[in-house]
Amino acid sequence: MSKRLTEVFARCKAENKSALVGYLTAGDPTVKTSRKLMLSLAQHVDIIEIGMPFSDPAADGPVIQAASERALAAGAHFDDVLHIAKEVRGMNPNIGIVLMGYANVPFTIGFETFADRASAAGVDGVLLVDIPAEESALCADIFKEHDLSQIMLLAPTSTQERIQLAAAVGQGFIYYVSLAGITGAEMGEVAKIKDKLSLIRQYSKLPICVGFGVKTTKQATDLANFADGVVVGSHFVSQITSNIGMEDVMINNLSASASALALAMQKEK
Amino acid sequence: MMYDLEIKHQPDAAGHFGRFGGRFAAETLMQPLKEIEDAFYAAWSDPEFHKERLDLLKNYVGRATPLYFAKQLTQEVGGAKIYLKREDLNHTGAHKVNNTIGQALLARRMGKKKVIAETGAGQHGVATATVAAMFNMQCDIYMGREDIRRQAPNVFRMKLLGANVIPVDCGTATLKDAVNEALRVWVASCEDTYYIFGTAAGPHPFPLMVRQFHTVIGQEAREQCLAQAGQLPDVAVACVGGGSNAMGLLHPMWDDESVRLVAVEAGGHGLDSGEHAASLAKGQPGIIHGSLSYVLSDDEGQISANAHSISAGLDYPGVGPELAHMMEEGRLDLDSATDKEALEAFQTLTKSEGIIPALESSHALAAGMRIAAAMKSDQVVLINLSGRGDKDLGTVMDLLGFDDEEQP
Repeated sequence: MSKRLTEVFARCKAENKSALVGYLTAGDPTVKTSRKLMLSLAQHVDIIEIGMPFSDPAADGPVIQAASERALAAGAHFDDVLHIAKEVRGMNPNIGIVLMGYANVPFTIGFETFADRASAAGVDGVLLVDIPAEESALCADIFKEHDLSQIMLLAPTSTQERIQLAAAVGQGFIYYVSLAGITGAEMGEVAKIKDKLSLIRQYSKLPICVGFGVKTTKQATDLANFADGVVVGSHFVSQITSNIGMEDVMINNLSASASALALAMQKEK
Repeated sequence: MMYDLEIKHQPDAAGHFGRFGGRFAAETLMQPLKEIEDAFYAAWSDPEFHKERLDLLKNYVGRATPLYFAKQLTQEVGGAKIYLKREDLNHTGAHKVNNTIGQALLARRMGKKKVIAETGAGQHGVATATVAAMFNMQCDIYMGREDIRRQAPNVFRMKLLGANVIPVDCGTATLKDAVNEALRVWVASCEDTYYIFGTAAGPHPFPLMVRQFHTVIGQEAREQCLAQAGQLPDVAVACVGGGSNAMGLLHPMWDDESVRLVAVEAGGHGLDSGEHAASLAKGQPGIIHGSLSYVLSDDEGQISANAHSISAGLDYPGVGPELAHMMEEGRLDLDSATDKEALEAFQTLTKSEGIIPALESSHALAAGMRIAAAMKSDQVVLINLSGRGDKDLGTVMDLLGFDDEEQP
């Protein structure tokens, strides 16, 4: 398990804030621009989730689907994902880096090769949305050997039994999906999220980050008050979507948006 | 007809067939899938469930479907005797309804008021819309925009039946993308909505459940063949897209060691052209739509956008996990038919027997005739005629040319 992720949450706790976790798809809209966007985002977040583009992103809403399509159309490959991770690591020795995507990419590359290369690039954790606890035997030991945390998802539909399963397998942090839906939908009700987090905490000591649908600083602050981390994905990706062809505007907007959200992570005294 | 209700060759508790299958789904869907699994096993052990299901299969669908000795075709081919399992005579014109009746009954038992489904050629969509109409359930069908364009008559049928047909524009705008979109919608609506998956693929329990609902095909064919031909078939042949009709015909004969089981994949423009849908023959193990099976993908796991077949129902870059397992166990032989061979078989059967087959089934016919030609006249080849060809007339008309004007 990655020591760096543990340190990120410890540092945030000491500063009385929640960790900001930011997602972008690698290679979107082009490999070159994506590199700049990721480096810019990395300056504001505590953990960066680097999306591995996939042809069939069945758990993603239209914004991240389109990001995957743009990245693949631009010719993004796993090599590019790793180059970006390595560069982010080089400039940000203390940030958490998580690769996020779908199982078929690492499965086809080979989990051993995948883990070896990801680890060498400075990656701390891996989140595969279609590898639930039951199927994690495919890669759990390999990830462990390479010091990669396997990050598990939990959702409003997760029963007590499933929470225990994920708690037994998961490392680094738990990614709690705020609503039963796809990325980019409207965020779930804060009171319900809070209740579920209390339940999860009965079974797991891991930090819990909440994501799906977080767009505004108000939402972020509401979550930051009780969650260990807040994940923002589609909202960052849409800074690309709405400024296609204007790289500078894209980077400025992303940076402004991430810096506002970073300030919103402070917990109430 | 007495059907055997024992579930043979069970997957393990997590839905694995050997190293394939399983439940590679987003966390949100894991509990809903478990609920379907529990409901399926409970229903399957409830005699009332089967009473209603088998009554509908008999009186609504028209089962048992005939086994027909294709005498003229046999003569023309000049080899083994060819028997056709007439799934084309089912209500709605294909085998798909065997499964939608079973799953709609399950949805009703689970108290779901709404069903959704994906469709490629539109056959599963029509079969779903049909049972939704009968059970008075709200029904949304997800269909790639490209397929909607190619399969207009089926789209109209679904609409007449009261279903909403929702166009899918993402990815390649075909079947695999329709599955992705239906999964996305289901994630957000699983509380009141049941997803009627159309083929023997997807996350557990779909491959098992779809197989079980279709085993009526092979169980009937087996009995009928014994009665009519006086023996089990030497070879049983079915086409494979996702694998629902193939599992239906072949699975009940798994333990009949004398029967050679043949799965015919879509060869498209040829197996070496890169434009085919032969996931078992030319693909590699991979994870798509919730299970581990064979898929057509590149060496970084991106699913092929070039999956191609003349028949929209076979045009799928994955395949059911149990077929992958049967293949690796050595219990399944692979064959394929190209677009051209399927189109020829389509015409051959139409002219020799007066039966217009679906283009999907024409792949099984093409390979089945080839196999029969190399066999002796006292041997038997059983071919699954999974659907009728009315839906394909537009495609065939475009390819063969049709001119209603007299030539000058």
